[in-house]
Amino acid sequence: MILQVKEVSIRFGGLQALSDVSFELSPGEIMGLIGPNGAGKTTLFNVINGVYPPTSGEVVFRDEKITGLPSYEVARRGLARAHQVVRPLNDLTVRENVMVGACFGRERHSRGAAAAVAEQALAQVGLRDRAEQMAGNLNVAQKKRLELARALAAHPYLLLLDEVLAGLNPSEITEMVETGRRIRDEGITILMIEHVMQAVMSVSDRIIVLDYGQLIAGGKPEEVASNPQVIEAYLGDPEMTAKLMAE
Amino acid sequence: MNAWRQPGFWFSFLLIFLGGLVVLVLRQDTLRENAFTILMFIGLASSLNILMGYTGYVNFGHIVFFGLGGYFGFFLVSEMGWPVYLAALGGGVLSAIIALIIGAAVLRLRGAYFALATIGVNEAARAFVSNFEPFGGSTGLFVNFSAYDRYGGAAHALWFTFILLWLVVLAVVVVSYLVKRSRFGLGLSAIREDEDTAMVMGVNAPRDKTKAFLISAFFPGLIGTLYFFKNGNVEPDDAFRFQMSLEILVMVMLGGKGLLLGPIIGTFAYERLRGYLIISPIFKNLHLALSGGILLLIVLFVPGGAVGWLRDRLPKLRRWLE
Repeated sequence: MILQVKEVSIRFGGLQALSDVSFELSPGEIMGLIGPNGAGKTTLFNVINGVYPPTSGEVVFRDEKITGLPSYEVARRGLARAHQVVRPLNDLTVRENVMVGACFGRERHSRGAAAAVAEQALAQVGLRDRAEQMAGNLNVAQKKRLELARALAAHPYLLLLDEVLAGLNPSEITEMVETGRRIRDEGITILMIEHVMQAVMSVSDRIIVLDYGQLIAGGKPEEVASNPQVIEAYLGDPEMTAKLMAE
Repeated sequence: MNAWRQPGFWFSFLLIFLGGLVVLVLRQDTLRENAFTILMFIGLASSLNILMGYTGYVNFGHIVFFGLGGYFGFFLVSEMGWPVYLAALGGGVLSAIIALIIGAAVLRLRGAYFALATIGVNEAARAFVSNFEPFGGSTGLFVNFSAYDRYGGAAHALWFTFILLWLVVLAVVVVSYLVKRSRFGLGLSAIREDEDTAMVMGVNAPRDKTKAFLISAFFPGLIGTLYFFKNGNVEPDDAFRFQMSLEILVMVMLGGKGLLLGPIIGTFAYERLRGYLIISPIFKNLHLALSGGILLLIVLFVPGGAVGWLRDRLPKLRRWLE
């Protein structure tokens, strides 16, 4: 197992954001994490990569307990993340942004070596010709790619992708899904939060579903899609339910 | 190491190297005094730039390190009889240690809260030194004239101090450049742009920003010792002028924060301007108000400062305007 999440709970004041969430991820897998808005998906990511320490429970990454480690320690162990809300380092060039990932990720490259790694990661996501541009000047789709390139440059074992498809048009989504597959083929395990159902259903090996901070279902995409509890969780959003049913 | 082939570095370095050399060749006392002031402010502004420009932490209390380090270095010269170059190192080390202690407390704060805390530190340091008897309390310390004999009389001592300051400022430029070009420097830029994201990407922000604070504080301690040694005395009101903290900040902003050349150009420009304002009958009491006005205008309209503005306009010159 590359990642084991064991009975993780977190409480913010009166709000129980996650309760007893447990799941495991094996190497080379793509796992989708879905659930209605506010279900606690991003919070779960924040617990896994050390932004928030959980109130109880533990996170084990590659047989090492990483619960409560600061996020930079988690990153160093080979866990990278692309954010939902893109957060480019605006006043740095695209290349420098990606170099930060290479310099401070798992392999901790020197600055010279990082430039080469960055070049490769930029090519992977198709941003090579923008390398010299300021990151703040990219459009949304490009910024999403940059998030991905930055995470990839760290050469992580596990990649957490938080809604990298949101805000992209259909052709951009197709490209991004392709990129995702290629990344997996390189042996990187992926855990992805996604709202674009078609994409997540087609690309994931397994899917887990979070609702009100609890894991309500898990399994192969087709099992999850036909699970009555999952359909019920999405009922507040009829369009989404219809999409799920259509799969 | 191809980092040394950067024309931007050599431009800044040679500007100061040749400037100092000219002063040494001409050997005029007034020129030396003016150059001393400019070099001192370049050193202070460039060292502030490491924290403020590279790391994004605006420090209104940079002069604390100049004051405390300078006081301690002066104490080592006048009371302990140390040679001035060793005393200056002592002052620098003390400043760095103080930065470590202050940093543990205030570097947890971000943005405006950090800036506010640094103002408090300045006032606290002044109050402390004014009441600290080993440092002479509110009257300060004076150097015994015989201390200059070691350097062949007072006139020689002044030239010697000037050369030391010149070397220190060259060192500030080299260190600034090395930091900027290093992996550590890249991490600092990441912290400046978005500290939380930097941490998620693996930058050890608490450690790295403390290191930046330490480096930034070391040089003012050296410079302070040299300045007070040159003056022959040190007193609290001279060592902890909040106004100087502000002026250094304006210099960095005027020239361009985060750039090697920025604080150098900013210091030249500000010093020229101040020289003009102080002797002009209309503005002589208003020069600080004008500095505030300049700062406001820069922040609003030219956040990159003069050098940053040029870099944006003239991409071909970028290599030279590091």
